[in-house]
Amino acid sequence: MARKYNTMTMPRPAWAPLSALLIASAVFFAPCAARADEIQDAGRLLRQGQSAQALDKINQYLASKPRDPQGRFLKGLILAEQNKSAEAIDVFTKLTQDYPELPEPYNNLAVLYAAQGQYEKARQSLELSIRTHPSYATAYENLGDVYAKLASQAYDKALQLDSSNASAQSKLSLIRDLVPAGNNRAPRPATGRPEPAPAVVASAPAPKIEPKPPEPKPVAPAPAAQPTPAPKVAAAEPPKPEAKAEPKVEPKPVAEAKPAASGESEEVLKAVRAWAAAWAARDVRGYLGHYARSFKTPKGESRADWEKDRDQRIKAAKKIEVGIDSPKVTVQGDTATVRFRQVYRSDRLKANSPKTLVLARVDGKWLIEQERVGN
Amino acid sequence: MKPYLKALALAAGLGSALVASFQAVPSSTRGLTAVKYAPKFSASAPGTTPEALLAQAIDAIQRERFDSALERIDDLIRVKPNFRLAYLIRGDLLLARARPLSRIGEAPQASAARIEDFREEAIARLRAYRQQPDPNMVPRYLLKMPPEQQYAIVVDTTRARLYLYQNDAGRPRYVADYYITSGKQGAQKMREGDMKTPIGIYHVTSSLPPNRLPDFYGTGAFPINYPNEWDRRLGRDGHGIWLHGVPTDTYSRPPRASDGCVVLSNTDLDLVAKHLQIGVTPVIISDEVQWVSTSDWASERDDFLGQLETWRTDWESRNTQRYLAHYSTQFKAGRESYATFMRRKQQVNAGKQWVKVELSDVSVFRNPGREDLVEVTFSQVYKSNNLGNVMKKRQYWQREADQWRIVYEGAA
Repeated sequence: MARKYNTMTMPRPAWAPLSALLIASAVFFAPCAARADEIQDAGRLLRQGQSAQALDKINQYLASKPRDPQGRFLKGLILAEQNKSAEAIDVFTKLTQDYPELPEPYNNLAVLYAAQGQYEKARQSLELSIRTHPSYATAYENLGDVYAKLASQAYDKALQLDSSNASAQSKLSLIRDLVPAGNNRAPRPATGRPEPAPAVVASAPAPKIEPKPPEPKPVAPAPAAQPTPAPKVAAAEPPKPEAKAEPKVEPKPVAEAKPAASGESEEVLKAVRAWAAAWAARDVRGYLGHYARSFKTPKGESRADWEKDRDQRIKAAKKIEVGIDSPKVTVQGDTATVRFRQVYRSDRLKANSPKTLVLARVDGKWLIEQERVGN
Repeated sequence: MKPYLKALALAAGLGSALVASFQAVPSSTRGLTAVKYAPKFSASAPGTTPEALLAQAIDAIQRERFDSALERIDDLIRVKPNFRLAYLIRGDLLLARARPLSRIGEAPQASAARIEDFREEAIARLRAYRQQPDPNMVPRYLLKMPPEQQYAIVVDTTRARLYLYQNDAGRPRYVADYYITSGKQGAQKMREGDMKTPIGIYHVTSSLPPNRLPDFYGTGAFPINYPNEWDRRLGRDGHGIWLHGVPTDTYSRPPRASDGCVVLSNTDLDLVAKHLQIGVTPVIISDEVQWVSTSDWASERDDFLGQLETWRTDWESRNTQRYLAHYSTQFKAGRESYATFMRRKQQVNAGKQWVKVELSDVSVFRNPGREDLVEVTFSQVYKSNNLGNVMKKRQYWQREADQWRIVYEGAA
């Protein structure tokens, strides 16, 4: 794959070795209209392969506006086209110093360094390029994780890891089913497919004491900790006779809520942060201590069962990070609602999901009464 | 890791790791019998065979065009959904977008041995694709095939390759070649259970249909006659050496993975099977096929056929001394030693007033291996004043100093 020099709004020139230099854009630079023509002329000359004329033009332009970023950027491109790498590097380096928030100069520096075989410098420049905007880094990191996951799937197929055993087993059980059993033999169940639990659940007279159904994802307090992929849960989810198991709490109309006094909302936020910190530290006792006695368990299960489940899930993860992103707090008397983006990351899963906590002030402490995914 | 470094990761990591893995091995040269390969021209290879796609993908990796490498690999997986090597390379190409790679097959769960298996398969396939046999060279072994033998199989265990030759009016003509798996412990089988593939001249003895075989053997199996007369004479044992296919859950197995059998992918086995004549088609297995020019091949053949003809005429001449001079002091046939054979022949010949010997359907195969050894099979019509018989005979001739001499003789 060729190293990509991004192009923004201008068409990419057809130069061979630097085919991916990032071309400056009017999106980031807004030169005054009168001068824009000169820059466009220089860009056109460059595209036409008349780099010497383009350089003259841009130098004229820069003589009157020596600091103009778009002019300097184009000059860097022209120099790169002319294989004057050192001069081009100089132009782009100074641009990164003057405009550290722009990703394009970093990217082009990286390309020039890479062309010289200076991969470490290229790496640093690309990292800086991505850091110009926090979203870039997240997106790239996620993309990298997706690639890694796809790679892992391919490796599984290459090495026939889990799937080979599974397919061998299913084949074996298929064979057992196909081979007719003698009449004197008791019929055997299809070993390959255990009877699905839902049937049992549906016919059970006492739903309260039946085996715990899989945790429904939408109301799970920590969907992030779910070790198994969601589709499985959906498939195995038993029909629920009790609709109340799905606590549906309507968000309170925001209009009613007065903006909380900053002192109170600070206190609420502090409690939420402490809750997240205990969770991340896998301090189960501390974590559970943030839930009020009146906490509504997500599936209506008993408090003890819920605590046990949380304990297992939290301890199952080797590493947990919980971030509270852009929280919004509303306080009404002794009740507070905090809406935020929960950035969860463990050795098993990464999730960035909207979350709402409803807290109550009990003996001067803010404790969680409700926890749900979504706003 | 910093995924946005994917381009650099690929160039620096995967690039060098994979590129280094696939450096083609140059062919060796050994005078008259030099192994010579001609580069494969893309025009002569259909671009969509699995090996062509694999070669294109690896070629793209070497030119650091990783996007097109991934496209080729995906094409390959579409064609052969059970091709594990293709998945491994796919994994590498994807993982390299996330982080730099230090070697091929970065799969965390993979043992070094399994990765080495994949690497060897990739190299064997790539080498076969890039270095095709020179059309002006033939395997040295196929000296003479009778018209009845329409095809011959030559196996090279080192190159993990099976070559199919057609008998074109006595001349071996290249038809196709295929990737194979052979014995875990290499070639030159000696003992039962040594997990080696035998080296020698064999033929398929039967065909076992897939519905009577476990899935492991794929679409069919063709036992060969190991141990043959020569193997038994040298005390080699073991049995159950087959040509067979692969389990349905895989397209291929590593180059060295069988217990001694020669294993082809199921599609390739089906193609080869069409040309197999039970009891007839020779299967010559070598650990390093020797290739000779067609002119050298012709002179070797004529030289040997001349010796065979002298043996026949000397037998007819009833000059027992000249006739017996064709036999080596190493001669042995079953329980009969050189000395008793000599005595018997002298007695028999003494009672003859005339002898007539006719040979037909002569096949001559040079035995793979270091020693100069030739296996000859023919129909022999023997007539004399007091006896006549017709038999199918097999002999092994060995080169001693400047002359070929018979070291084994028996019914075939």
